[in-house]
Amino acid sequence: MMNEINKPDDLNSPEYEITPEMRANVAVTTIDRIYNLGRKYSVWPMMFGLACCAIEMICTAASRYDLARFGMEVLRPSPRQSDLMIISGTVTKKMIPAIVRLYNQMPEPKYVLAMGACASGGGPFKEGYNVVSGVDKYVPVDVYVPGCPPTPQALLHGLMKLQEKIDGESYFKRFRERDQEVKALPIPILGPDIIDPRDISAIKKLSKQKAAA
Amino acid sequence: MTEQSTPVVESAIIARFPEIVMPDERKGHEGYLCPPEKLLEVATALRDEMGYDYLSSITAVDYLLGEEDQPDLFELVYHFYRSTGGVGLELSVQLPRKDPVSVASLVDLYPGAEYQEREAYDLMGIQFEGHPDLRRILMWQGYEGYPLRKDWKEPYYLEDVKPFGNRWPEGQVHRIEDHNPVGKNTIYPTGFDPDKWTSEEEDLLYAGLMDDPKHEHDLDTDHVVVNLGPQHPSTHGVFRMAVKLDGETIVALKPVMGYLHRNHEKIGERNTYLHNMPFTDRLDYLASMSNNFGYALAVEKLMGKKGQPPERAEYIRVIMAELTRISNHLWAIGFLLNDLGAFFTPSLYAIEERELILDIFESTTGSRMMCNYFRFGGVARDFPPGALETIRDLVYERLPRKVDELDAYLTNNEIIASRTKGVGVLTPEDAIAYSMAGPVLRASGVPYDVRRADPYSIYDRFDFDVAVRYHGDAYDRYIIRMDEIYQSLRILQQAIDQIPEGPIMTGSNPYQVRVPAGEAYGRVEGPKGELGFYIVSNGKANPWRYHVRAPSFINLTAMEKMSLGQKVADVVVILGSIDIVLGEVDR
Repeated sequence: MMNEINKPDDLNSPEYEITPEMRANVAVTTIDRIYNLGRKYSVWPMMFGLACCAIEMICTAASRYDLARFGMEVLRPSPRQSDLMIISGTVTKKMIPAIVRLYNQMPEPKYVLAMGACASGGGPFKEGYNVVSGVDKYVPVDVYVPGCPPTPQALLHGLMKLQEKIDGESYFKRFRERDQEVKALPIPILGPDIIDPRDISAIKKLSKQKAAA
Repeated sequence: MTEQSTPVVESAIIARFPEIVMPDERKGHEGYLCPPEKLLEVATALRDEMGYDYLSSITAVDYLLGEEDQPDLFELVYHFYRSTGGVGLELSVQLPRKDPVSVASLVDLYPGAEYQEREAYDLMGIQFEGHPDLRRILMWQGYEGYPLRKDWKEPYYLEDVKPFGNRWPEGQVHRIEDHNPVGKNTIYPTGFDPDKWTSEEEDLLYAGLMDDPKHEHDLDTDHVVVNLGPQHPSTHGVFRMAVKLDGETIVALKPVMGYLHRNHEKIGERNTYLHNMPFTDRLDYLASMSNNFGYALAVEKLMGKKGQPPERAEYIRVIMAELTRISNHLWAIGFLLNDLGAFFTPSLYAIEERELILDIFESTTGSRMMCNYFRFGGVARDFPPGALETIRDLVYERLPRKVDELDAYLTNNEIIASRTKGVGVLTPEDAIAYSMAGPVLRASGVPYDVRRADPYSIYDRFDFDVAVRYHGDAYDRYIIRMDEIYQSLRILQQAIDQIPEGPIMTGSNPYQVRVPAGEAYGRVEGPKGELGFYIVSNGKANPWRYHVRAPSFINLTAMEKMSLGQKVADVVVILGSIDIVLGEVDR
């Protein structure tokens, strides 16, 4: 195998002779860069607004800020067709089961952007009894955008950070990961308070402690 | 409002029910007390004999024992108005604070009470006898406890009132979730076993839709229940409707809300008065200045003379509120078109103009959307140099031209007319009975506008018409917003010409305001309708009770009424024509 690659007439070999007239027209690059170039300029966000931040998200998509410059204007109403979920607003306990379900329905590779203070950590409403202290308690987040609400410029900056992140990814690494079974996130249950299925044993332990006390 | 109530009203209700209805004699309280068993009788007389046909707001106050001379009771507060205008009447019903707390439901007399009573049940645990569908509305069925009761503590409870002492102990970051055993904002009842939990939320919702087996057509077809939302491109945020369909025709509709319930009122009762100002921005986030206005009015009413803003501040307030109304209506029209299927292009025309208004907000207040601009007794800061000229250009030149342009594109458009005319009709009688407010009420032929019916601030100085349309369908609800933009421009043109120089605050701009004990209900005509803030103060730094009468929430009460017999595609149009904002619906 090694010997074959090292032969100078093999296309994959670095020593392969490129003729001078071809040098002006051919660029040597990696598959990752080509693949990521395509991916980062065609991120399709999901059309999904939660609260105040959704208004700024719509303004970002509108003519003055023009999300289309980044190839992201194709807001998809279906999670099956989208790459990016912008959590634009306060995440409440009543809403989190739906958000986790939507996240599970998105195809890989998928990204989550937490827009605004509420989605990042609860924000001004953190102390509320129906508010989740940041969507990252339930769903993995790639980019956090601060602000209440973030201006369209701030959202655009967050999206450019996401593009940087996509640019740094390796196609082959992802390809290997894809072969492993992707586990869906467990969907929270609306009980007497919100129940994360991952916490059930902790809740049981707590219940027992309380009963004993 | 009640402090100006005329002696005629007073004698009328007391004379009609001697020894039953009493004037409320607590300090700072106005209005009347009524025994719970006589509530239906008194409310019937108010509606049928005295003309109080509009039940604006219902809320409950929890007077927990322990505060000085406070009695241990729940109080239900009803605000009645006449749809012909004038000051209101406040009726309080006191109930012993002992479970089960129950009182007669007013849904049969005032159908607009339906969701408000459900809210009082959900958050305060008050049972309304005779309510057709008493389920939780903002939280989910099965949630433990009644959050707005004073003895109920949320999982992140630290202290009763702000500012909390331990937010930044010795310069260390301190995250409250690290102190919770599960690391989340949760609290479970003692002895709770997650394995044995079954949810009844969905079953109860569908039970309300399934109970009607009769078919109206000869062909025997099954009814289908379809869910729209909570994540649905046409529901303006996270709002859900369960509709029962016969073919494509709506037979029953139940809205499900609370997906954005951010506990505004509970947080508001922990906050100091000024703390709440930025929170009001986030109610109706398309019209933050109107929310500021209503809240400032309510607190200023409690503060009395000290809270009176100077002349220039009054003008600035009116200018800001009317600009907000224009930007809100532009958005509403743009997104109604979205709902009709004209995806995004018409909205772009509306958003373009809205951005120009937001520029003024940003230059004056520092923020595009969440302005946090009003203060008790004035506004936070004056216009920067040049801002008034920009507004003048906008209201004299650009906006009239652009609104005319929008009007030319849309008003006589055949597709819009055929999709909206005759869709979602609401008669004037129904509109009043369902406590509709704002453009929805006025599109049904009821010329009720708080700016005229019960003038606040300096609206009595301006020359403007109350826009009315008479068909009560989605088309009229669209076109009335166009009319209101023109009227707002008229007010703005007068305000810009008349605005005097002078101070913008009465006194200094204090961090903490002194509010004497008492209650106040401040209401403004917001872009969505009558926005009311009901505040009970006990003389301390924090409000004892803080309630928002949210127009979008109450306007949804008539959603089912408007949708029955329509096609499923029209529901989206009807919802768009009501123009809801979920931040205000769920609070």
